[in-house]
Amino acid sequence: MGVVIAAAVVSITGLLLGLFLGVMGKKFYVEVDQKEIDVRNELPGNNCGGCGYAGCDALAKAIAAGEAKIDACPVGGAPVAAKIAEIMGTEATESVRMTAFVKCSGTCDKAKENFTYSGVMKCVDMNVVPNGGSKACTYGCMGYGSCVDACEFDAIHVINGVAKVDKEKCKACGKCVDICPRNLIDLIPYKPKAKKKYVVECANKDKGKAVIDVCSTGCIGCGICEKTCKLDAIHVVDNCAIIDYSKCVGCGMCADKCPKQVIHVHA
Amino acid sequence: MNLLIIAISAALVNNVVLSQFLGLCPFLGVSKKINTAAGMGGAVIGVITISSAICSLIYDFILTPLDLTYLNTIVFILVIATLVQFVEMLLKKTSPALYEALGVYLPLITTNCAVLGIALTNVQNSYNFIESVVSGLGTAIGFAIAIIIMAGIRERIEYNDVPESFKGMPIVLLTAGLMSIAFFGFSGIL
Repeated sequence: MGVVIAAAVVSITGLLLGLFLGVMGKKFYVEVDQKEIDVRNELPGNNCGGCGYAGCDALAKAIAAGEAKIDACPVGGAPVAAKIAEIMGTEATESVRMTAFVKCSGTCDKAKENFTYSGVMKCVDMNVVPNGGSKACTYGCMGYGSCVDACEFDAIHVINGVAKVDKEKCKACGKCVDICPRNLIDLIPYKPKAKKKYVVECANKDKGKAVIDVCSTGCIGCGICEKTCKLDAIHVVDNCAIIDYSKCVGCGMCADKCPKQVIHVHA
Repeated sequence: MNLLIIAISAALVNNVVLSQFLGLCPFLGVSKKINTAAGMGGAVIGVITISSAICSLIYDFILTPLDLTYLNTIVFILVIATLVQFVEMLLKKTSPALYEALGVYLPLITTNCAVLGIALTNVQNSYNFIESVVSGLGTAIGFAIAIIIMAGIRERIEYNDVPESFKGMPIVLLTAGLMSIAFFGFSGIL
């Protein structure tokens, strides 16, 4: 008899609580758009925030509400945009795949160090260290890898003292771009290995002599590349060459002429 | 006076995490940032207080008269699981911002053994309804204090030069041990 009562008490309690939850579930029901659920299923789900929203859920909500573009997810790129376009019933527009790129080639053997540093090993805290770190160049990559910590896709690594992006893994979410205290990382158009693309691997805005003093491979702003280029695609702005990728065809003439060998094929 | 002693004893002297070693998973898992730790602490305060109230009522008015006190564990678990679900629904409807901030931590409370532990401790100490609520509230505040202090310390540890072999969880466990010793000092106040 005791067993029956015990079983009855537990099952009745369970039943009552279940009923309570059921009723409350109806009462507190929050309507979710079916489109939102479908869009969310197509998004990558890394919650990287590269789109500018709080996460994939927030972006899905914005896309379903028509507040965000269907190709707003930089990680998913064109394939995801196409699927979302299908759900939303619109045409996908072609989006250009981008990749992050670190504008510094001052590896340990090329860039001078002012002092030996040991202590906090985070770029973002380096503004408290004299000269902003041990590297003599105040524009170059410090190599402490705050960008490596920020990357959700294992696409950026510090190699020989300078951060390098693996462009095949890079999803252009822009996290490293945001975190780099020296604003060294840019998003540039992605080109497959077969097509050559040239990049200026320096961001030093000092005049020639000051650059030579701190690094053996810095851009001195001599302007030879600007004169060499037939397509008006490279310009020296603030003593540092910048390539305009809408005009550059990748002929490589600027790289051949650069006296400091700072224009490289993007690997 | 008696209630005050119960509250202080639950919050500080018998701190649920640091001297009873209950609810260690969220204590170690959700204590990386002060914000999330505070969110977790807040959610736990709500759930533990309400669950000790309901569990106490059920124990006094259903299980004791029917002589079924041995069923307390299973019934309490039913109540706690329901409660967490209900709090989740309530938050989702009334305050989506808070719901999103707490995120995955809300359902995690269901598996927080501190919640069940307190309901059972209340019964063991044969507290009445009000005493149970006060004890639950005190315990939950103790949990919140512990997890927020832990998060504060862990945020600072990030900037320290921790020896290679202690990096990550080992230094956190050492910290927890030292905090536990420090809280042991409260045993003198009662």
